[in-house]
Amino acid sequence: MSETRNIAVTVNGKRHEATVPVRVTLADFLRHQLGLTGTHLGCEHGVCGACTILFDGYSARSCLMLAVQADGHEIMTVEGIATDADTLHPLQQAFHEHHGLQCGFCTPGILTTLIELLRDNPDPTEEDIRIGISGNLCRCTGYKNIVIAALDAAKRMRGP
Amino acid sequence: MKPPLFSYHDPRSTADVVGLLTSLDNAKLLAGGQSLMPMLNMRYVLPDHVIDLNRVEGLSHIRESGGALDIGAMTRQRDIEFSDLVRERCPLMHEAVRQVGHRQTRNRGTLGGSLCHLDPSAELVSVAAALDAKISVTGKNGARSIDFAAFPVGYMSSSIALDELVTGATFPCWPTGHGYAFVEFARRHGDFAIVSAAALIEVDNNGKVTRASLTLGGMGPAPVQAGEVERALIGEIIEEQRLREICEPLRKLDAIDDIHAPASYRQQLATVLSRRALVKAHERIGAGRRP
Repeated sequence: MSETRNIAVTVNGKRHEATVPVRVTLADFLRHQLGLTGTHLGCEHGVCGACTILFDGYSARSCLMLAVQADGHEIMTVEGIATDADTLHPLQQAFHEHHGLQCGFCTPGILTTLIELLRDNPDPTEEDIRIGISGNLCRCTGYKNIVIAALDAAKRMRGP
Repeated sequence: MKPPLFSYHDPRSTADVVGLLTSLDNAKLLAGGQSLMPMLNMRYVLPDHVIDLNRVEGLSHIRESGGALDIGAMTRQRDIEFSDLVRERCPLMHEAVRQVGHRQTRNRGTLGGSLCHLDPSAELVSVAAALDAKISVTGKNGARSIDFAAFPVGYMSSSIALDELVTGATFPCWPTGHGYAFVEFARRHGDFAIVSAAALIEVDNNGKVTRASLTLGGMGPAPVQAGEVERALIGEIIEEQRLREICEPLRKLDAIDDIHAPASYRQQLATVLSRRALVKAHERIGAGRRP
Protein backbone atom coordinates (compact mmCIF):
# COMPACT_ATOMS: atom_id res chain seq x y z
CA MET A 1 0.00 0.00 0.00
CA SER A 2 1.52 3.27 -1.11
CA GLU A 3 1.71 5.99 1.56
CA THR A 4 0.34 9.37 0.42
CA ARG A 5 0.45 12.98 1.61
CA ASN A 6 -1.54 16.07 0.75
CA ILE A 7 0.57 18.89 -0.59
CA ALA A 8 0.02 22.48 -1.69
CA VAL A 9 2.50 23.77 -4.20
CA THR A 10 2.72 26.85 -6.40
CA VAL A 11 3.78 26.02 -9.95
CA ASN A 12 4.34 28.86 -12.43
CA GLY A 13 2.36 31.16 -10.16
CA LYS A 14 -0.64 28.85 -9.85
CA ARG A 15 -1.44 27.09 -6.60
CA HIS A 16 -2.14 23.37 -6.79
CA GLU A 17 -3.41 21.07 -4.05
CA ALA A 18 -2.84 17.39 -4.61
CA THR A 19 -2.50 14.02 -2.95
CA VAL A 20 0.79 12.37 -3.84
CA PRO A 21 2.35 9.00 -3.09
CA VAL A 22 5.40 9.89 -0.94
CA ARG A 23 7.80 8.07 -3.23
CA VAL A 24 6.82 10.01 -6.37
CA THR A 25 9.54 12.34 -7.63
CA LEU A 26 8.81 16.00 -8.24
CA ALA A 27 9.46 15.44 -11.96
CA ASP A 28 6.84 12.69 -12.22
CA PHE A 29 4.38 14.77 -10.19
CA LEU A 30 4.79 17.74 -12.56
CA ARG A 31 4.45 15.57 -15.63
CA HIS A 32 1.80 13.05 -14.69
CA GLN A 33 -0.33 14.78 -12.05
CA LEU A 34 -0.15 18.36 -13.29
CA GLY A 35 0.28 17.49 -16.98
CA LEU A 36 3.27 19.82 -17.31
CA THR A 37 5.20 17.64 -19.71
CA GLY A 38 7.66 20.38 -20.66
CA THR A 39 9.92 19.09 -17.88
CA HIS A 40 11.73 16.20 -19.54
CA LEU A 41 13.20 13.12 -17.91
CA GLY A 42 16.39 11.75 -19.41
CA CYS A 43 18.57 9.82 -17.00
CA GLU A 44 16.47 9.98 -13.80
CA HIS A 45 19.60 9.98 -11.67
CA GLY A 46 20.74 13.57 -11.74
CA VAL A 47 23.25 13.54 -14.56
CA CYS A 48 21.57 14.81 -17.73
CA GLY A 49 19.89 17.98 -16.44
CA ALA A 50 16.81 17.70 -18.69
CA CYS A 51 14.45 17.80 -15.68
CA THR A 52 15.89 21.02 -14.23
CA ILE A 53 13.27 23.30 -12.67
CA LEU A 54 13.54 26.35 -10.40
CA PHE A 55 12.74 25.53 -6.78
CA ASP A 56 12.12 28.75 -4.84
CA GLY A 57 14.13 30.44 -7.60
CA TYR A 58 17.09 28.05 -7.54
CA SER A 59 17.77 25.50 -10.26
CA ALA A 60 17.41 21.90 -9.16
CA ARG A 61 17.03 18.43 -10.66
CA SER A 62 13.37 17.54 -10.27
CA CYS A 63 14.22 13.83 -10.60
CA LEU A 64 16.24 14.13 -7.39
CA MET A 65 13.43 15.57 -5.29
CA LEU A 66 10.25 14.07 -3.95
CA ALA A 67 6.97 15.78 -4.75
CA VAL A 68 6.18 15.81 -1.02
CA GLN A 69 9.26 17.99 -0.45
CA ALA A 70 7.71 20.71 -2.61
CA ASP A 71 4.84 21.23 -0.14
CA GLY A 72 4.65 24.96 0.60
CA HIS A 73 7.27 25.85 -2.02
CA GLU A 74 7.30 27.63 -5.38
CA ILE A 75 8.30 25.96 -8.61
CA MET A 76 8.92 27.31 -12.05
CA THR A 77 9.03 24.97 -15.02
CA VAL A 78 9.81 25.71 -18.66
CA GLU A 79 6.09 26.41 -19.16
CA GLY A 80 6.42 29.38 -16.81
CA ILE A 81 9.25 31.17 -18.56
CA ALA A 82 7.18 33.13 -21.10
CA THR A 83 4.82 35.65 -19.58
CA ASP A 84 2.00 34.87 -22.01
CA ALA A 85 1.13 32.21 -24.55
CA ASP A 86 1.87 34.36 -27.61
CA THR A 87 5.20 35.94 -26.69
CA LEU A 88 8.47 34.11 -26.27
CA HIS A 89 10.76 35.13 -23.42
CA PRO A 90 13.91 36.86 -24.79
CA LEU A 91 15.89 33.73 -23.89
CA GLN A 92 13.49 31.52 -25.85
CA GLN A 93 13.50 34.00 -28.73
CA ALA A 94 17.30 33.88 -28.86
CA PHE A 95 17.26 30.06 -28.86
CA HIS A 96 14.75 30.16 -31.71
CA GLU A 97 16.79 32.59 -33.78
CA HIS A 98 20.21 31.03 -33.21
CA HIS A 99 19.11 27.40 -33.62
CA GLY A 100 19.90 26.78 -29.96
CA LEU A 101 18.06 23.48 -30.18
CA GLN A 102 17.76 20.58 -32.56
CA CYS A 103 15.65 17.79 -31.08
CA GLY A 104 14.70 19.96 -28.10
CA PHE A 105 14.90 17.28 -25.45
CA CYS A 106 17.53 19.02 -23.33
CA THR A 107 16.10 22.50 -23.97
CA PRO A 108 13.72 22.84 -20.96
CA GLY A 109 16.55 22.07 -18.54
CA ILE A 110 18.94 24.41 -20.30
CA LEU A 111 16.42 27.26 -20.38
CA THR A 112 15.54 26.97 -16.68
CA THR A 113 19.23 26.75 -15.77
CA LEU A 114 19.98 29.86 -17.85
CA ILE A 115 17.07 31.80 -16.34
CA GLU A 116 18.78 31.45 -12.96
CA LEU A 117 22.26 32.06 -14.34
CA LEU A 118 21.30 35.25 -16.20
CA ARG A 119 19.40 36.51 -13.18
CA ASP A 120 22.49 36.09 -10.96
CA ASN A 121 24.98 37.15 -13.62
CA PRO A 122 23.41 39.43 -16.28
CA ASP A 123 26.71 39.91 -18.12
CA PRO A 124 28.29 36.45 -18.34
CA THR A 125 31.35 35.47 -20.34
CA GLU A 126 31.27 32.54 -22.72
CA GLU A 127 33.12 30.51 -20.08
CA ASP A 128 30.50 31.42 -17.44
CA ILE A 129 27.81 30.07 -19.77
CA ARG A 130 29.74 26.91 -20.58
CA ILE A 131 30.37 26.17 -16.89
CA GLY A 132 26.76 27.13 -16.08
CA ILE A 133 25.30 24.58 -18.47
CA SER A 134 27.95 21.92 -17.83
CA GLY A 135 25.31 19.96 -15.93
CA ASN A 136 23.04 19.78 -18.98
CA LEU A 137 23.74 17.18 -21.63
CA CYS A 138 22.81 17.88 -25.25
CA ARG A 139 23.27 14.86 -27.51
CA CYS A 140 22.64 16.78 -30.73
CA THR A 141 26.07 18.30 -29.95
CA GLY A 142 24.48 21.71 -30.19
CA TYR A 143 26.40 23.50 -27.46
CA LYS A 144 27.89 26.07 -29.78
CA ASN A 145 24.56 27.57 -30.78
CA ILE A 146 23.25 27.22 -27.25
CA VAL A 147 26.13 29.35 -25.99
CA ILE A 148 25.63 31.90 -28.79
CA ALA A 149 21.93 32.10 -27.98
CA ALA A 150 22.56 32.48 -24.25
CA LEU A 151 25.06 35.30 -24.78
CA ASP A 152 22.68 37.07 -27.16
CA ALA A 153 19.79 36.63 -24.72
CA ALA A 154 21.91 38.13 -21.94
CA LYS A 155 22.59 41.14 -24.15
CA ARG A 156 18.90 41.57 -25.01
CA MET A 157 17.86 41.19 -21.39
CA ARG A 158 20.39 43.80 -20.24
CA GLY A 159 18.69 46.23 -22.64
CA PRO A 160 20.21 48.88 -24.87
CA MET B 1 14.10 4.16 -12.32
CA LYS B 2 11.50 5.01 -9.67
CA PRO B 3 12.04 4.99 -5.90
CA PRO B 4 10.81 1.90 -4.03
CA LEU B 5 7.99 2.06 -1.49
CA PHE B 6 8.92 3.64 1.84
CA SER B 7 7.38 5.57 4.71
CA TYR B 8 8.19 9.27 4.73
CA HIS B 9 8.95 11.33 7.83
CA ASP B 10 9.63 15.06 7.93
CA PRO B 11 10.63 15.93 11.51
CA ARG B 12 11.19 19.54 12.60
CA SER B 13 13.91 19.10 15.27
CA THR B 14 17.10 17.08 15.73
CA ALA B 15 15.52 15.53 18.85
CA ASP B 16 12.68 14.24 16.67
CA VAL B 17 15.20 12.87 14.14
CA VAL B 18 17.03 11.01 16.91
CA GLY B 19 13.69 9.69 18.19
CA LEU B 20 12.85 8.35 14.72
CA LEU B 21 16.33 6.88 14.21
CA THR B 22 16.04 5.14 17.59
CA SER B 23 12.59 3.68 16.99
CA LEU B 24 12.67 2.81 13.26
CA ASP B 25 14.47 -0.02 11.54
CA ASN B 26 16.14 0.39 8.15
CA ALA B 27 15.79 4.17 8.00
CA LYS B 28 17.76 6.51 5.72
CA LEU B 29 18.34 10.21 6.29
CA LEU B 30 17.56 12.41 3.27
CA ALA B 31 19.65 15.60 3.18
CA GLY B 32 20.13 17.35 -0.19
CA GLY B 33 19.24 14.15 -2.04
CA GLN B 34 21.96 14.45 -4.68
CA SER B 35 23.29 10.96 -3.86
CA LEU B 36 20.46 9.24 -2.00
CA MET B 37 17.81 10.11 -4.59
CA PRO B 38 19.74 8.53 -7.51
CA MET B 39 20.36 5.51 -5.28
CA LEU B 40 16.62 5.31 -4.55
CA ASN B 41 15.71 5.79 -8.21
CA MET B 42 18.07 3.00 -9.19
CA ARG B 43 17.01 0.94 -6.16
CA TYR B 44 20.54 0.53 -4.91
CA VAL B 45 19.06 1.26 -1.48
CA LEU B 46 15.73 -0.05 -0.22
CA PRO B 47 14.94 1.76 3.03
CA ASP B 48 11.67 1.14 4.88
CA HIS B 49 11.76 4.72 6.14
CA VAL B 50 13.07 7.95 4.66
CA ILE B 51 13.65 10.70 7.23
CA ASP B 52 13.79 14.05 5.42
CA LEU B 53 16.05 16.60 7.15
CA ASN B 54 14.98 19.53 4.97
CA ARG B 55 12.44 20.86 7.48
CA VAL B 56 14.62 20.38 10.57
CA GLU B 57 15.39 23.70 12.26
CA GLY B 58 18.89 24.86 13.14
CA LEU B 59 21.05 22.79 10.81
CA SER B 60 21.88 25.49 8.26
CA HIS B 61 24.47 28.11 9.20
CA ILE B 62 28.03 29.29 8.56
CA ARG B 63 29.64 30.90 11.63
CA GLU B 64 33.11 31.76 12.78
CA SER B 65 34.04 30.86 16.33
CA GLY B 66 37.41 30.53 17.97
CA GLY B 67 39.45 30.60 14.76
CA ALA B 68 37.31 27.96 13.11
CA LEU B 69 34.33 27.85 10.79
CA ASP B 70 31.30 26.07 12.15
CA ILE B 71 29.03 24.93 9.33
CA GLY B 72 25.64 23.27 9.81
CA ALA B 73 25.02 19.88 8.22
CA MET B 74 22.12 21.11 6.05
CA THR B 75 24.01 24.12 4.73
CA ARG B 76 23.76 23.92 0.95
CA GLN B 77 26.94 23.67 -1.07
CA ARG B 78 25.71 26.78 -2.87
CA ASP B 79 25.70 28.75 0.39
CA ILE B 80 29.27 27.65 1.08
CA GLU B 81 30.27 28.64 -2.47
CA PHE B 82 28.87 32.17 -2.12
CA SER B 83 29.84 32.77 1.52
CA ASP B 84 32.25 35.69 2.00
CA LEU B 85 33.25 34.21 5.35
CA VAL B 86 34.27 30.93 3.72
CA ARG B 87 36.18 32.71 0.95
CA GLU B 88 38.10 34.85 3.44
CA ARG B 89 38.71 32.38 6.25
CA CYS B 90 38.81 29.09 4.41
CA PRO B 91 39.73 29.75 0.78
CA LEU B 92 40.59 26.07 0.25
CA MET B 93 36.95 25.16 0.87
CA HIS B 94 35.79 27.94 -1.47
CA GLU B 95 37.98 26.61 -4.24
CA ALA B 96 36.97 22.99 -3.58
CA VAL B 97 33.20 23.52 -3.42
CA ARG B 98 33.17 25.18 -6.83
CA GLN B 99 34.35 21.84 -8.21
CA VAL B 100 31.50 19.89 -6.58
CA GLY B 101 29.00 18.77 -9.23
CA HIS B 102 27.08 21.50 -11.01
CA ARG B 103 25.12 24.62 -10.13
CA GLN B 104 21.87 22.62 -9.99
CA THR B 105 23.30 19.98 -7.66
CA ARG B 106 25.11 22.50 -5.41
CA ASN B 107 21.79 24.33 -4.94
CA ARG B 108 20.46 21.21 -3.18
CA GLY B 109 23.54 19.27 -2.04
CA THR B 110 24.60 19.78 1.57
CA LEU B 111 27.80 19.65 3.61
CA GLY B 112 26.44 16.94 5.92
CA GLY B 113 25.17 14.83 3.05
CA SER B 114 28.53 14.95 1.33
CA LEU B 115 30.42 14.07 4.53
CA CYS B 116 28.13 11.15 5.38
CA HIS B 117 27.98 9.76 1.84
CA LEU B 118 31.81 9.67 1.98
CA ASP B 119 32.48 9.21 -1.70
CA PRO B 120 36.22 8.46 -1.96
CA SER B 121 36.88 11.51 -4.11
CA ALA B 122 34.30 13.95 -2.72
CA GLU B 123 35.80 17.43 -2.51
CA LEU B 124 34.27 18.45 0.82
CA VAL B 125 35.42 15.20 2.42
CA SER B 126 38.98 16.00 1.33
CA VAL B 127 38.67 19.51 2.73
CA ALA B 128 37.49 18.07 6.06
CA ALA B 129 40.54 15.80 6.09
CA ALA B 130 42.94 18.60 5.08
CA LEU B 131 41.72 20.92 7.85
CA ASP B 132 41.35 18.23 10.56
CA ALA B 133 37.66 19.03 10.87
CA LYS B 134 35.63 17.90 13.82
CA ILE B 135 32.29 16.34 12.96
CA SER B 136 29.41 17.16 15.32
CA VAL B 137 27.03 14.30 15.90
CA THR B 138 23.87 13.91 17.98
CA GLY B 139 22.26 10.66 19.08
CA LYS B 140 20.22 9.14 21.87
CA ASN B 141 23.14 9.53 24.30
CA GLY B 142 23.56 13.21 23.47
CA ALA B 143 26.01 15.17 21.33
CA ARG B 144 29.63 14.28 20.61
CA SER B 145 32.41 15.39 18.33
CA ILE B 146 34.44 13.07 16.09
CA ASP B 147 37.88 13.96 14.77
CA PHE B 148 37.71 13.62 10.99
CA ALA B 149 40.56 11.08 11.09
CA ALA B 150 38.23 8.73 13.02
CA PHE B 151 35.14 9.48 10.90
CA PRO B 152 35.60 7.18 7.87
CA VAL B 153 35.73 3.50 8.78
CA GLY B 154 35.61 1.94 5.32
CA TYR B 155 34.35 2.42 1.80
CA MET B 156 31.51 4.96 2.01
CA SER B 157 31.02 4.14 5.70
CA SER B 158 31.34 6.48 8.68
CA SER B 159 31.71 5.85 12.39
CA ILE B 160 28.37 7.40 13.35
CA ALA B 161 25.97 5.06 15.12
CA LEU B 162 22.55 4.07 13.77
CA ASP B 163 20.77 6.41 16.20
CA GLU B 164 23.01 9.38 15.33
CA LEU B 165 22.93 12.17 12.78
CA VAL B 166 25.63 14.62 11.76
CA THR B 167 24.56 18.13 12.78
CA GLY B 168 27.57 20.01 11.44
CA ALA B 169 31.33 20.26 11.26
CA THR B 170 34.00 22.62 12.57
CA PHE B 171 36.90 23.50 10.26
CA PRO B 172 39.96 25.10 11.92
CA CYS B 173 41.10 28.05 9.77
CA TRP B 174 44.71 28.65 8.80
CA PRO B 175 46.08 32.17 9.42
CA THR B 176 45.25 34.86 6.86
CA GLY B 177 47.76 34.87 4.02
CA HIS B 178 48.48 31.13 3.99
CA GLY B 179 48.89 29.39 0.64
CA TYR B 180 46.14 27.07 -0.49
CA ALA B 181 45.08 25.13 -3.56
CA PHE B 182 42.53 22.47 -4.41
CA VAL B 183 43.37 20.78 -7.71
CA GLU B 184 41.59 17.81 -9.21
CA PHE B 185 41.39 15.81 -12.39
CA ALA B 186 37.99 14.68 -13.62
CA ARG B 187 37.05 13.49 -17.07
CA ARG B 188 34.28 16.04 -17.43
CA HIS B 189 33.54 19.28 -15.57
CA GLY B 190 31.51 18.43 -12.48
CA ASP B 191 32.32 14.72 -12.43
CA PHE B 192 33.75 13.19 -9.30
CA ALA B 193 37.51 13.60 -9.40
CA ILE B 194 39.64 10.59 -10.23
CA VAL B 195 42.26 12.10 -7.93
CA SER B 196 42.33 15.44 -6.09
CA ALA B 197 45.08 17.20 -4.18
CA ALA B 198 44.50 19.79 -1.44
CA ALA B 199 47.55 21.76 -0.34
CA LEU B 200 48.04 24.27 2.47
CA ILE B 201 51.35 25.95 3.30
CA GLU B 202 52.84 28.66 5.48
CA VAL B 203 56.33 30.10 5.13
CA ASP B 204 58.60 32.22 7.33
CA ASN B 205 60.14 35.57 6.39
CA ASN B 206 62.89 33.79 4.45
CA GLY B 207 60.36 31.90 2.36
CA LYS B 208 61.04 28.58 4.11
CA VAL B 209 58.07 26.32 4.68
CA THR B 210 57.06 26.22 8.34
CA ARG B 211 53.82 24.28 8.04
CA ALA B 212 52.46 22.10 5.24
CA SER B 213 49.43 19.94 4.62
CA LEU B 214 48.83 17.75 1.58
CA THR B 215 45.68 15.65 1.23
CA LEU B 216 44.90 13.31 -1.64
CA GLY B 217 41.36 12.27 -2.52
CA GLY B 218 40.36 9.36 -4.72
CA MET B 219 43.32 7.14 -3.84
CA GLY B 220 41.51 4.92 -1.34
CA PRO B 221 38.21 4.71 0.56
CA ALA B 222 39.04 7.94 2.45
CA PRO B 223 41.35 10.91 1.79
CA VAL B 224 45.02 10.27 2.54
CA GLN B 225 47.36 12.69 4.28
CA ALA B 226 50.73 12.59 2.54
CA GLY B 227 52.73 12.78 5.79
CA GLU B 228 56.04 11.96 4.16
CA VAL B 229 55.72 14.89 1.74
CA GLU B 230 54.44 17.22 4.46
CA ARG B 231 57.50 16.48 6.61
CA ALA B 232 59.91 16.78 3.68
CA LEU B 233 58.56 20.25 2.84
CA ILE B 234 59.40 21.77 6.23
CA GLY B 235 62.38 24.11 5.91
CA GLU B 236 62.31 24.00 2.11
CA ILE B 237 62.05 26.94 -0.24
CA ILE B 238 59.31 26.04 -2.74
CA GLU B 239 60.75 25.61 -6.18
CA GLU B 240 59.48 23.38 -8.97
CA GLN B 241 62.47 21.06 -9.41
CA ARG B 242 62.74 20.42 -5.67
CA LEU B 243 58.97 19.76 -5.53
CA ARG B 244 59.38 17.10 -8.21
CA GLU B 245 61.79 15.22 -5.95
CA ILE B 246 59.68 15.72 -2.83
CA CYS B 247 56.48 14.50 -4.54
CA GLU B 248 58.09 11.50 -6.24
CA PRO B 249 57.39 9.04 -3.38
CA LEU B 250 53.65 9.59 -3.99
CA ARG B 251 54.05 7.29 -6.99
CA LYS B 252 54.22 4.44 -4.46
CA LEU B 253 51.10 5.38 -2.48
CA ASP B 254 48.44 2.69 -2.27
CA ALA B 255 45.73 3.39 -4.83
CA ILE B 256 42.45 1.80 -5.85
CA ASP B 257 42.09 0.20 -9.22
CA ASP B 258 38.64 0.45 -10.79
CA ILE B 259 36.62 1.06 -13.94
CA HIS B 260 37.61 4.76 -13.94
CA ALA B 261 41.38 4.35 -13.73
CA PRO B 262 44.08 1.80 -12.89
CA ALA B 263 46.09 2.28 -9.71
CA SER B 264 49.20 3.32 -11.65
CA TYR B 265 47.30 6.18 -13.27
CA ARG B 266 46.05 7.40 -9.90
CA GLN B 267 49.61 7.28 -8.57
CA GLN B 268 50.78 9.35 -11.52
CA LEU B 269 47.95 11.85 -10.92
CA ALA B 270 48.77 12.01 -7.20
CA THR B 271 52.37 12.91 -8.01
CA VAL B 272 51.56 15.52 -10.65
CA LEU B 273 48.52 17.09 -8.97
CA SER B 274 50.36 17.37 -5.64
CA ARG B 275 53.15 19.30 -7.32
CA ARG B 276 50.68 21.56 -9.10
CA ALA B 277 48.71 22.16 -5.91
CA LEU B 278 51.84 23.04 -3.95
CA VAL B 279 53.07 25.41 -6.68
CA LYS B 280 49.68 27.13 -6.79
CA ALA B 281 49.48 27.29 -2.99
CA HIS B 282 52.93 28.85 -2.88
CA GLU B 283 51.98 31.49 -5.46
CA ARG B 284 49.04 32.50 -3.31
CA ILE B 285 50.96 33.05 -0.09
CA GLY B 286 50.25 36.51 1.22
CA ALA B 287 47.03 36.93 -0.75
CA GLY B 288 44.19 38.29 1.36
CA ARG B 289 46.58 39.73 3.94
CA ARG B 290 45.72 43.28 4.92
CA PRO B 291 48.44 45.75 3.85
